[in-house]
Amino acid sequence: MYTQGLDSLGADCLHTSASERAALEQRFQSKVDAEERIEPKDWMPDAYRQTLIRQISQHAHSEIVGMLPEGNWITRAPSLRRKAVLMAKVQDEGGHGMYLYSAAETLGISRDELLEQLLTGAAKYSSIFNYPTPTWADVGAIGWLVDGAAIMNQIPICKCSYGPYARAMVRICKEESFHQRQGFEIMMTLSRGTPEQRRMAQEALDRWWWPSLMMFGPNDATSKHTAQSMRWKIKRFTNDELRQKFVDITVPQAEFLGLRVPDPDLQWDEASQHYRFGTIDWSEFQQILQGNGPCNRERVEARQRAHEGGRWVREAAMAYAEKRRQRETQAA
Amino acid sequence: MSASPVESSAASSDVLRRYALTVGDTSLILAQRLGEWIGHAPALEEDLALANIALDLLGQARYLLSHAAELQGGERTEDDVAFLRDPQDFLNLSLVEQPNGDFGQTIVRQFLVDAWQLELFERLQQSSEPRLADLAAKAIKETRYHFRFSSGWVVRLGDGTEESHRRVQTALDALWRFTHEMFVASPAEQEAAALGIAPDPASLAAGWSSRVDEVLKEATLKRPADVAYSWHGKRGQHSEHLSRLLAEMQSMQRTYPGAQW
Repeated sequence: MYTQGLDSLGADCLHTSASERAALEQRFQSKVDAEERIEPKDWMPDAYRQTLIRQISQHAHSEIVGMLPEGNWITRAPSLRRKAVLMAKVQDEGGHGMYLYSAAETLGISRDELLEQLLTGAAKYSSIFNYPTPTWADVGAIGWLVDGAAIMNQIPICKCSYGPYARAMVRICKEESFHQRQGFEIMMTLSRGTPEQRRMAQEALDRWWWPSLMMFGPNDATSKHTAQSMRWKIKRFTNDELRQKFVDITVPQAEFLGLRVPDPDLQWDEASQHYRFGTIDWSEFQQILQGNGPCNRERVEARQRAHEGGRWVREAAMAYAEKRRQRETQAA
Repeated sequence: MSASPVESSAASSDVLRRYALTVGDTSLILAQRLGEWIGHAPALEEDLALANIALDLLGQARYLLSHAAELQGGERTEDDVAFLRDPQDFLNLSLVEQPNGDFGQTIVRQFLVDAWQLELFERLQQSSEPRLADLAAKAIKETRYHFRFSSGWVVRLGDGTEESHRRVQTALDALWRFTHEMFVASPAEQEAAALGIAPDPASLAAGWSSRVDEVLKEATLKRPADVAYSWHGKRGQHSEHLSRLLAEMQSMQRTYPGAQW
């Protein structure tokens, strides 16, 4: 179909009448309903495309910014084995960022544009990475809780209606579950260690528990995007459903570690077979989204510094590639 | 006077231990320096590549430090050797402890070391000491990739823009003085060469030099004049930078003695 090129640029109103568009939308939705994958060259509503660009790029940015809090401990990892595992983990996060930027690029936006949005603050990344990692135990807590919450969010995305995103997520989830086990293992070693190590582990849980619950996003009643995203099968479960699942799985793990979850209202509810937990402080979440978290400034500045500091390197690579091309043309 | 077999085996195990540290510490300290870059590199691809190289080097170091720990006997582990040794007991090349500087300086340092490790591991594969030969057989493959990466960047930066040429030439001029040490045998290297378990460092110079020259030519960079003053990191005499690097690297083990991680 010769309009495919235009369609894939997101110009769904070009050359299509209202009735044609309605037909396209209907066909699109029935494909989604039938659990078929939408591929880059398929027609898709512009709002679907924009939602995916927003979500995939936020996810990619989160991987990249997420390299920083843990990267903070690479040079100080307490054993050579931990150092190797942490380096490999932070490297995996960079790799996830790459697949996700590539998945976003299939929607007609370049990695450079996306990075620009991150550096100017126009694009968001997960609020969780604006918290600090003052001790080694934070590396364990991030693996256990943050990667644990991420997996909970991401496993359903392996069945997302958009093919490239779903496929990227299959690979990412495998690696994330490995990271989560490594994080839990760090917490286990600490919680069975010296009194100082147990204190480190408890304080890290205290720091990361509530921010991890916030990672699932606002309560369903206030979530703007949930209903439409579920209709498009970008999302399969609501924020509150996923959060509940996370709490139900994680509380027994904390008990196993002998650590106390910092929530006085937490209790097992026999009737519903779920844990009931306290109210999340959404004002803290809002503050972080507005850029006032403990490390928002440091994280964005670190990315800006790397980008600015690397500009001459990228320019040199381009200049060299151009010189080579010219030499090859001359030689031919 | 000839040593008794027991004494001579103890002596050769001490030589082997010190030689393993010379090679292993060089990989360890370079891995530690590269680790500082992860998350801060000029592009995502370089973040991943630097992490890859750091992981390879760390793997080499762990192999050799574990071996050194075994040779010393007792319950010592690779971590005791890495985290509870004082700076003057580290036997790495002075070059690898030099700060990262900009990406150009990191790349030049990497390139000079990669070219040296290529020569070294090539020869060490024939070592009569099986542990060294095994390590070298694995490490040579890794080092070929490292050299391809670093020499590729030396060329791109050298023959890129005016600014990149200037920066990488400056880095080369600044780091060249540390290369002399590569080819002057330390006592451990001398004794290891005498036992036939390692090459004489002087014998690596010609191969290293031609490899380096070839890349510098393509990169349109000028080879700096040799400086006869030799640094002595391989003898435990270090620049000011190593103690800081170790203070950071060893901080957890030093702060919490005896804890398991």
